[in-house]
Amino acid sequence: MGYEFDWSSIPGALPYLWQGMVLTLKITAVAVTVGIVWGTLLALMRMSGFKLLAWLAASYVNLFRSIPLVMVLLWFFLIVPTLLVKLLDIPRSFDTRLVSAMVAFSLFEAAYYSEIIRAGIRSVAKGQMGAANALGMSYGQAMRLVILPQAFRNMIPLLLTQGIILFQDTSLVYVSSLADFFGTAYQVGSRDGRLVELLLFAGAVYFTISFLASQLVKHYQKRKAI
Amino acid sequence: MNYHWDWAIFLAETPSGRTTYLGWLLSGLEVTLALSLSAWVIALVVGLFMGVFRTVPNRWLSGIATVYVEVFRNTPLLVQLFIWYFVLPELVPTSIGDAYKAINPFLQQFLAAMVCLALFTGARVCEQVRSGINSLSVGQKNAGLALGFTLPQTYRYVILPMAIRIILPPLTSEFLNIFKNSAVASTIGLLELAAQGQQLVDYTAQPYESFIAVTVLFMLINTVVMILMHWVEGRARVPGHSGGGE
Repeated sequence: MGYEFDWSSIPGALPYLWQGMVLTLKITAVAVTVGIVWGTLLALMRMSGFKLLAWLAASYVNLFRSIPLVMVLLWFFLIVPTLLVKLLDIPRSFDTRLVSAMVAFSLFEAAYYSEIIRAGIRSVAKGQMGAANALGMSYGQAMRLVILPQAFRNMIPLLLTQGIILFQDTSLVYVSSLADFFGTAYQVGSRDGRLVELLLFAGAVYFTISFLASQLVKHYQKRKAI
Repeated sequence: MNYHWDWAIFLAETPSGRTTYLGWLLSGLEVTLALSLSAWVIALVVGLFMGVFRTVPNRWLSGIATVYVEVFRNTPLLVQLFIWYFVLPELVPTSIGDAYKAINPFLQQFLAAMVCLALFTGARVCEQVRSGINSLSVGQKNAGLALGFTLPQTYRYVILPMAIRIILPPLTSEFLNIFKNSAVASTIGLLELAAQGQQLVDYTAQPYESFIAVTVLFMLINTVVMILMHWVEGRARVPGHSGGGE
């Protein structure tokens, strides 16, 4: 065993690592929120009677689900800055990487969320829609007041699990050298020649957060099951 | 848009002169396929054993399998890859580490990425195998044991043949995932498809054509795998069992 561990560069780097973690959590929060909203719309489009809308939503979901996240990120780092400069007339010096990452993760995750939500809506008994219609509710009212609240209650564990996966996947913003938690750990590690320690530390932090979060989801699931 | 489209760029020679840019893409495709397929074979074997371990009445075996799954499912793929590639060669005995660093860089990257993808996917396969086994009624196992089979024989001849057929659809999606996840290997410099795409952007300054080509190739892989697995699922279907019957 030739390697001698030296963890001394971690305490001094904690403020940077914390900033990185805040960025990671920001991207995760935005992508989960936008992903669920856009994913719900996609699911509704896909299940609607309009052939064209259903086809568009299906193509969107299939496209995003058939290409690697790394490719999606690279695409958005290419396109979003150009669009932002064109549409919003922002100065070219503006750092668009964070916006690009947020847009990419949101649109990508929406495809996965929409599949979870579609299954959730389907799991609500058909009689519920019939009952809502019989009470004189329109399709929109029935969805909003009867179907979706029940569907979301069933889906919460799956949505949260997908959120944990997303939290781990955000480390891929590494391809744009954005300083998220992982990127910061990597930079500090290469700066101090302590890559081994920093990478193990980053792994341990991701593990602790994801493991605890998934235990909480399991606990919630058990409690809800009655 | 004043972007200048130039699809003929793929037929242009690369600076090294030995091949065209299309040649680069195809060699990237080759690496992606080789990496994903070899990792998939290992993942299946590891996942099968670990999945069985999780269900056997032996604390040690099920404990090991549980730790394996939790560790590999709760750390990002990128972190795992970097640990295999940058960290492990430092931690193993110096002679092994040096031997690893002496082989050619491409092989180093390929091996690290293969082991990483295999164990990452293996943890997911393991969970599918476990849920497949648990979905069978206990009667199957008891019947096997009552017929005088040992526990390993019961698994081999009764439980697994059914469980594996049941989990084919979720396995298909893991199989698709391994091709997509293999793109992460570009971060350690392995010249697979996504990395070749980025290299093409650097050399040709035609980002849209390059990325479109790479995206289309990934979609092609996806389609071929889906058709293939659909055929396998059809062949392996147990009459009167395990869905698909419409």
